[in-house]
Amino acid sequence: MLKKRSYFKKSTLPYLLILPQLLITTAFFYWPALQGLVASFQLSDPFGLRTQFVWFDNYIALFRDPLYLKSFLTTLVFSGSVAAVSICFGLFLATMANRALRMTAVTRTLLIWPYAIAPAISGVLFLFLMHPSYGVVAIAFKRWFGLDWNPLLESSDAMLLIVLASSWKNISYNFVFFLAGLQAVPRSLIEAAAMDGAGPLRRFWTITFPLLSPTMFFVTVMTIIFSFFESFGIIHTVTQGGPGGSTNILVYKVYQDGFIGLNLGSSSAQSIVLMVLIVLITVLQFKYVERKVQYTG
Amino acid sequence: MMVEKTPILDTFTYVALVLGIAVVGFPIFYAIIAATLPIEEVSRVPMPMIPGDQFFDNIGEAWRRGDLGTQLFNSFIMASGITLGKIIVSLFGAFSIVYFDYRLRTVAFATVFCTLMLPIEVRILPTYEMAANIFGPLQSFWDALGLDGLVTWFAGHDIHVTLEFSLLDSYAGLILPLTASATCTFLFRQFFLTIPEELCEAAKMDGASPMTFFWKILLPLSKTNIAALVVIEFVYGWNQYLWPLLITTDPKMTTAVIGLKHLLPSPDDSPDWHIAMAGALLVVLPPVLVVLSMQRWFVKGLVEREK
Repeated sequence: MLKKRSYFKKSTLPYLLILPQLLITTAFFYWPALQGLVASFQLSDPFGLRTQFVWFDNYIALFRDPLYLKSFLTTLVFSGSVAAVSICFGLFLATMANRALRMTAVTRTLLIWPYAIAPAISGVLFLFLMHPSYGVVAIAFKRWFGLDWNPLLESSDAMLLIVLASSWKNISYNFVFFLAGLQAVPRSLIEAAAMDGAGPLRRFWTITFPLLSPTMFFVTVMTIIFSFFESFGIIHTVTQGGPGGSTNILVYKVYQDGFIGLNLGSSSAQSIVLMVLIVLITVLQFKYVERKVQYTG
Repeated sequence: MMVEKTPILDTFTYVALVLGIAVVGFPIFYAIIAATLPIEEVSRVPMPMIPGDQFFDNIGEAWRRGDLGTQLFNSFIMASGITLGKIIVSLFGAFSIVYFDYRLRTVAFATVFCTLMLPIEVRILPTYEMAANIFGPLQSFWDALGLDGLVTWFAGHDIHVTLEFSLLDSYAGLILPLTASATCTFLFRQFFLTIPEELCEAAKMDGASPMTFFWKILLPLSKTNIAALVVIEFVYGWNQYLWPLLITTDPKMTTAVIGLKHLLPSPDDSPDWHIAMAGALLVVLPPVLVVLSMQRWFVKGLVEREK
């Protein structure tokens, strides 16, 4: 593992320095994770009076539960849509900003601020914007397309609402990364291609886009992680998982079953499944990233 | 990047950018308009797009109704606490891992980095229990070792030792669990690895102690990285949702992002969207200002996360 060629030789100081981090990590990460793992193998009554060790029963019950499988599917649809919308928009805007030489900095300022907005508040803004009786977008939908728009009653409308609210919040994040990636594309490559007669569109698809693939990969992973977890605030303020469980994504179900339903065993098992999913994504990302990163020193 | 003259494409570029900025800006523009209107205007269908003159009245009403003074203060304490905590803990941690050689270094490194990318959302229940009694693990060891019996024997009468200290409804509870993150440590480690070896050698030759090297050389060099992390972590802390929702039950301890939910009109109330939007604007203002004013460092720091 990497360290400096020249380093300090002290016996206690390094331990003292790393101690706070280890304490916090143990107290709020490893210990809870262990407790969660144990709880996922147990069955307990809602008052926590009696617990029984049941091996994998919670997991088996989980994957036989149509509601859980539906929640899985909902999460996939949700994060897939958020990734598609926010990555396409982010990439498009970054490409445009990168072309508009004199406006690049201004554009960045004008597009960066949604990053600072809490997911829950982005949910509130969109709830108002698309409110069936007062929202201007909902009214436009009704007038222009004759849509009977009601995200409070209609499943697909509710899903569209939270997808838009999440994507909106995430566009600026993706935009920043794509813009940085685009600015790192060597100008000489683009010029050489132009001299060979490749037009702007062709240059984009054959040179820029392939060179952006590491950024694309990173941004996709981050967007998926965002939509898995941070979208909790959006769901909690806007739909509460409804109507009819149509926006009940995995992380919201963990909360609902654990804190509202008090089904500790099942909720813990769900947490562990989520954890495994994220570990898989992270390992995948590190395997991919390690190949391209060169450390110095 | 423009290589040849393409007037049509250039026009398209600018039109697309203006449109893009307008679309991205629309939700907040709409909220600002709504926040300036009286109730009769805001509930008209469709809502007029010309600002009214009720902005400060609505802001004041949102402030009172949502108790935003208290909640914004709580958000500020929480966000600053998380930012400060994370940066201090991880600066020391990364310094220890990069600049020292000791037996458990690899173990410490692995312990910290296994938590990378695992947000608090995946372990909410047990972390909640942990926060409800921070001495829970000690209690478990105590019980497991049967120390109660020992104490009883020692004292000569029945004693049951209960170790309990709750972090619920406290600033420590809002802040501490969220400082357990490897992201900052990882960033500082990456940065420290790029610092020339000669600096440390020179410092050692001059007889500087490790901590002198840290304060006089490492810390000043890390300024830009710290600035970037201040923005990222402040926004992260301010925008937390699930954790403060669980750990606070006292309305006086709630953060602004969560409290805003109470300003949303329910179907039975009068549609006070102008108040809700005024409140939303107040809650998003601090992090937006931080991001915009420190944009340069923020972008640099964010992009370096990828590496």
